[in-house]
Amino acid sequence: MTARSANPVADVALEAALPRLAVQAPATLAPATLVAVGLADRYAELPSPLGSIVVAWNGRGISWVDRAGDRDAFERRFVERVRRPLHHADAVPADLARAVEARLAGDRRVRIPLDLRGRTEFEVVVWMKALEIPRGEVRPYGWVAAEIGRPKAVRAVGTALAHNPVPLVVPCHRVVRSDGSIGQYSLGGPAAKRAILAAEGLDPDELEAGARAGLRYIGSDTTHIVCLPTCRNAKRITSRHRVPFRSLPAAYAAGYRACRECRPASGAARAA
Amino acid sequence: MDPDLALVARLAVDLDGAFGTLVRTHQDRLHTIALRFLGEPRDAEEVVQDAFVRAYRAMAGYDAERIRDLRLRPWLAAIVLNLARNRRRRLDERRPPLQLESIVDAGAELAGPDDGAKLYERAARQETIRALAVALLGLPPGPRAAVILRHIDGLSVAEVAVALNRPEGTIKAHVSRGLAQLRIHLANDPDLAPQREMTA
Repeated sequence: MTARSANPVADVALEAALPRLAVQAPATLAPATLVAVGLADRYAELPSPLGSIVVAWNGRGISWVDRAGDRDAFERRFVERVRRPLHHADAVPADLARAVEARLAGDRRVRIPLDLRGRTEFEVVVWMKALEIPRGEVRPYGWVAAEIGRPKAVRAVGTALAHNPVPLVVPCHRVVRSDGSIGQYSLGGPAAKRAILAAEGLDPDELEAGARAGLRYIGSDTTHIVCLPTCRNAKRITSRHRVPFRSLPAAYAAGYRACRECRPASGAARAA
Repeated sequence: MDPDLALVARLAVDLDGAFGTLVRTHQDRLHTIALRFLGEPRDAEEVVQDAFVRAYRAMAGYDAERIRDLRLRPWLAAIVLNLARNRRRRLDERRPPLQLESIVDAGAELAGPDDGAKLYERAARQETIRALAVALLGLPPGPRAAVILRHIDGLSVAEVAVALNRPEGTIKAHVSRGLAQLRIHLANDPDLAPQREMTA
């Protein structure tokens, strides 16, 4: 066969032996590959300051966040909604776990890859806007609607937030009703929402009491800037200098201008 | 008919629906190619997974006609070998020289179905496979890749030429050079003289 060959039988034998070097792929390869391209997902429990949560992910990012609980029920919910195979794993990958931890601790800049395939553009825009709300602050639904340029879509904003597949990571709990009450929450109802907001340093009772008393905005009589009540700038105002307002026109009439941080004019028409 | 033709037709219209079949159909041969080129099962598994991800992303950017025109066997082999070569280069910069004998053990255990052969025959066959795998890893990258694709994976010379992006003449030269070196390797080992072992 070749010039160097001295034994033609051995030539044939070598070529016949080489196919025996074929091996089977490890059983882990196919499932890991499908997860890597995002055609299947894994999930694991993750401790959080708000109790144990469940995180599902694939190679594109985090695809689902839920309360930890009955695994079968979670898997059914996931497959029904997302329509991909889901497998339990021992742990959330270290880099994702670290990123989620940082996000829950209030770091909004930490990048967390999210897999939001199959969601509408409107939903994604709403969720990305919710991401801009700092830890320890809340904004009304109408504020989100105005900020994304759809001031009349307040109800649709509420629906989109209710369908947020990655609660906590995308903090839809920081969006409250325009009348100041806490409102609904997909991850365990209003009680859970209050607990999460409290864990983030807000007092939900005080918030609602203020809203019932007609408090919508807070201004500072030293800076003459008016804010939403939970804005970090509003919280810095000492009680001596706090001026409550029921409406923005009233604040403007008193010579106040809107805070650039919390932009209280967004959604003000609906809230008033 | 080539089953890959039906597969590319499905991939062209429903990439997500057909991709699992692509993985199941090609994973054994791609893992074989990567393992026999790199020697280390863990490295091979990572390379093959990475190759599938790249194949998926590439197809996601192709139009249907381009996917239908793909020749999956050489195309996938090319992706695997590109990644394997890069990894080999990176590892060589970091790691001490390979301990070939220990490295191929895991692969040797996986090889060959249990076909009821007597124990000593199976042991002898395992030894042959081990010796061949070690000798193969000792070949230069060009001949190694050519022998793996031509004689383990069973691609035609033309397909190997496509996969390795070399003229057919170069492939033929690499294959025969590789086989000749394997023969010398094996003939030098008195326990593994090819005549005795492989013509049985």
